[in-house]
Amino acid sequence: MNAPLKEREQALMGIGESRLRKEDARFIQGKGNYVDDVKMPGMLHMDIVRSPLAHARIKRINKEAALAMPGVHAVLTADDLKPLKLHWMPTLAGDVQAVLADEKVVFQMQEVAIVIADDRYIAADAVEAVEVEYEELPVVINPFDALKPDAPVIREDLAGKTEGAHGARTHHNHIFTWEAGDKSSADAAFANAPVTVKQDMFYPRVHPCPLETCGCVASFDPVRGELTTYITSQAPHVVRTVVSMLSGIPESKVRIISPDIGGGFGNKVGVYPGYVCAIVASIVLGRPVKWVEDRIENLSSTAFARDYHMSGELAATPDGKITGLRVEVVADHGAFDACADPTKFPAGMFHIVSGSYDIPAAHCSVKGVYTNKAPGGVAYRCSFRVTEAVYLIERMVDVLAQKLGIDKAEIRARNFIRKDQFPYTSAFGFEYDSGDYHTALQKVLDAVDYKALRAEQAAKRADPNSPTLMGIGLVTFTEVVGAGPSKMCDILGVGMFDSCEIRVHPTGSAIARMGTITQGQGHQTTYAQIIATELGIPSEVIQVEEGDTSTAPYGLGTYGSRSTPVAGAAIALAARKIHAKARKIAAHLLEVAEGDLEWEVDRFKVRGDDSRFKTMKDISWAAYNQPPEGLEPGLEAVHYYDPPNFTYPFGIYLCVVDIDKATGETKIRRFYALDDCGTRINPMIIDGQIHGGLTEGFAVAMGQLLSFDEQGNIQGNSLMDYFVPTAVETPKWETDYTVTPSPHHPLGAKGVAESPHVGSIPTFTSAIVDALSHLGVTHVDMPHTAYRTWKELKRLGVAQ
Amino acid sequence: MSKKLVSMTINGNKVEEAVEPRTLLIHFLREKLNLTGAHIGCETSHCGACTVDIDGESVKSCTCLAVQCEGADIKTVEGLASGGVLHAVQEGFYKEHGLQCGFCTPGMLMRAYRLLQENPDPTEEEIRVGMSGNLCRCTGYQNIVKAVQYASRKLREPATDTVAA
Ligand code: FES
Ligand code: FES
Repeated sequence: MNAPLKEREQALMGIGESRLRKEDARFIQGKGNYVDDVKMPGMLHMDIVRSPLAHARIKRINKEAALAMPGVHAVLTADDLKPLKLHWMPTLAGDVQAVLADEKVVFQMQEVAIVIADDRYIAADAVEAVEVEYEELPVVINPFDALKPDAPVIREDLAGKTEGAHGARTHHNHIFTWEAGDKSSADAAFANAPVTVKQDMFYPRVHPCPLETCGCVASFDPVRGELTTYITSQAPHVVRTVVSMLSGIPESKVRIISPDIGGGFGNKVGVYPGYVCAIVASIVLGRPVKWVEDRIENLSSTAFARDYHMSGELAATPDGKITGLRVEVVADHGAFDACADPTKFPAGMFHIVSGSYDIPAAHCSVKGVYTNKAPGGVAYRCSFRVTEAVYLIERMVDVLAQKLGIDKAEIRARNFIRKDQFPYTSAFGFEYDSGDYHTALQKVLDAVDYKALRAEQAAKRADPNSPTLMGIGLVTFTEVVGAGPSKMCDILGVGMFDSCEIRVHPTGSAIARMGTITQGQGHQTTYAQIIATELGIPSEVIQVEEGDTSTAPYGLGTYGSRSTPVAGAAIALAARKIHAKARKIAAHLLEVAEGDLEWEVDRFKVRGDDSRFKTMKDISWAAYNQPPEGLEPGLEAVHYYDPPNFTYPFGIYLCVVDIDKATGETKIRRFYALDDCGTRINPMIIDGQIHGGLTEGFAVAMGQLLSFDEQGNIQGNSLMDYFVPTAVETPKWETDYTVTPSPHHPLGAKGVAESPHVGSIPTFTSAIVDALSHLGVTHVDMPHTAYRTWKELKRLGVAQ
Repeated sequence: MSKKLVSMTINGNKVEEAVEPRTLLIHFLREKLNLTGAHIGCETSHCGACTVDIDGESVKSCTCLAVQCEGADIKTVEGLASGGVLHAVQEGFYKEHGLQCGFCTPGMLMRAYRLLQENPDPTEEEIRVGMSGNLCRCTGYQNIVKAVQYASRKLREPATDTVAA
């Protein structure tokens, strides 16, 4: 019982340990349970008839041939959903979206009809047999064109609506204009500035493309009136609320289960027409219905990200001190505004755009626009629109450095928010919790020998025979994650808190249930580590369950790096409630006052007397067996955590590239990533998350693009064309860290999984531009494919 | 649609079933035999999530018909562990944190299993090329490379300690 302290600590495998993952055993043996693995008796399969056109009126739908096929149970269109009032649904962004196209289609691959059949082969055949007659309408895919006075009207359903969910609409394709910061003080900073720079940039449309596509199995039990749905959702509780609101089924009779999820990255936050259709079909037919989209449907219709046309301006002093920032964005939202942002923030947290810098005056405005493209606008491995914001400010600081001839590391150091300025309130009103940017930057510059790299670059530039151009990218970003304080953040009116319920069993093991849902982050491993440290129970005997709304407490789910900042805090505080009760029980058992006890790893002991103690195991038993008088038996607690603030993880990323002068091919020679996510719960998992995020960032910067032709045909919507790097292209990553705990988080943790995506993307662009900067280039738009880079080299007269 | 009888050996067990000739092997495995380890990530033979081992070769099972496998000897992820002990590639992925969401993992494991028979001591470069038919969206491959290296070492110098399945 009295093993040395260190040994007892290690036995817990708590916070700070690189504990191997609890979830792996099932995944490495093919025993995962993903949505497509779910099978139910009598289950039917659904497939979707989609529009081949981006904008057209539906003249006629002929279901007959499909319905005549053996094994086909139903073909449903908007007209069939109308009596149920389910042909349209609300979006998370305050708009409405057609569940099945109502009289016209507004983007290619839009859902037009559904087919329910015995198996997926018959369903696919029947989709081919549904005849739809269209009358083509003019298409608009560019948001600037969409705002012209005579642009085609995309949303006839909004005719006459001059007020949207986010204020006035000034044009039939205008959704909202959202502003933050103070325009007059920003304008004043520019009016008096000795130096100003301006740069336009386009952040193209991309897709999160998790390896598992979206899908669900809906099962309505007509006898009990209960609906159970297995679904690929990052936010099952929100789905339950939405489904209940839409269907009229009491929320207590709706059970949403997110089983194992094959990656989310923002793709699985929204509620898609396919889910609603499968649920309706199950209600109509009284049988379970499975729908799983294929990859082409996934890339074409569920959840694009970005598509921001941005223009940035900086005002500065001649020695590079930034005095003002102005940003204007035209945001292409596609045909429905289905962004997944906190309700009051139609551009998410874009106003983190002042970055890691002490900028006294700033203003930004974002104009949302409808076009004939798929809806979405999700946070692809980032907190809401933070990726776009970080890209803008990091590009702008480079542009300013270039104009003034100041080194890009030096100009950043001159503008950083200093360690002693935290907590720091930005010109946009964010209260940055903690940071030490200067120390982190120096650590990276030393690690890579920045001076030597610059010397090598100068030598290469001087050598006309060098076959390559060398570029050094540097980014010093700050993220805002952990949405969020419910006074600011809600989704459909539900505050963005998160929750944890812990039950300690009589024999000293425990189960914790959470409102979040893991999609690869390893919650079953890391959450148990938090409880282990807080309660002195070995993580090995702590079960963590998530994703079943019938058993887990309500939570807003996992996205925007909110699991550790919000749910992690809920765990700690639920555990502390149990801890407080355990202390009372220990005092009773040891017959001393509570104040005479001290906590030591896994036990309460009488202060100064190592021989008199009660371990958590002893206390657990006593809680069910001899609780002190007046104390209810049992040992469990629930905590709903409403964060007082966001958290602000940061990082310093440096990248060295060599661009082949003849072909434009870019080799990532080195990528060094230093992250500061505050307290580190499981370093092994953190490193894994960073590798993954960097790789997704690499994909976005170097190749991902969903493009459209003038007719609105989506191009590159299969894995043949859409860039998902293999092990061959993917660079090797070097990771490093500093630790600056969050002062307001119970554990000091800030969240990490999205930083590497957010931070790496502008690092690649910074490196590419750096390689060309001596030729007068200030910016090149993504993706930096060999072909596009070659075209740039050719324009510059470098390549033949 | 008329059905055709196929027989094959899967994970050492003889299997005989009537299938529609158009049935893809991946659907046959997952839906008929309940072997749901192999996954579907694309159905266009790009992602490798459906990789199984057929007669000593890695095959993307979304790219072949069940009827083409008449008489074949097939191994899937469910058959990797034996005698209650994990295979070295499974152990490697576990010990080196070679997986996150786990969706690519069965395909990765089956590819690594074959790769290490084709080339028992591959260089990092050879591992990256050898695994390039399998996509992972979560790990960035760095730990997958380490996992394969771990398995390669283990298979060449079998240590006494193993991990129970
Ligand atoms: S499902 Fe077979 S390769 Fe993707
Ligand atoms: S672990 Fe998620 S795709 Fe590889």
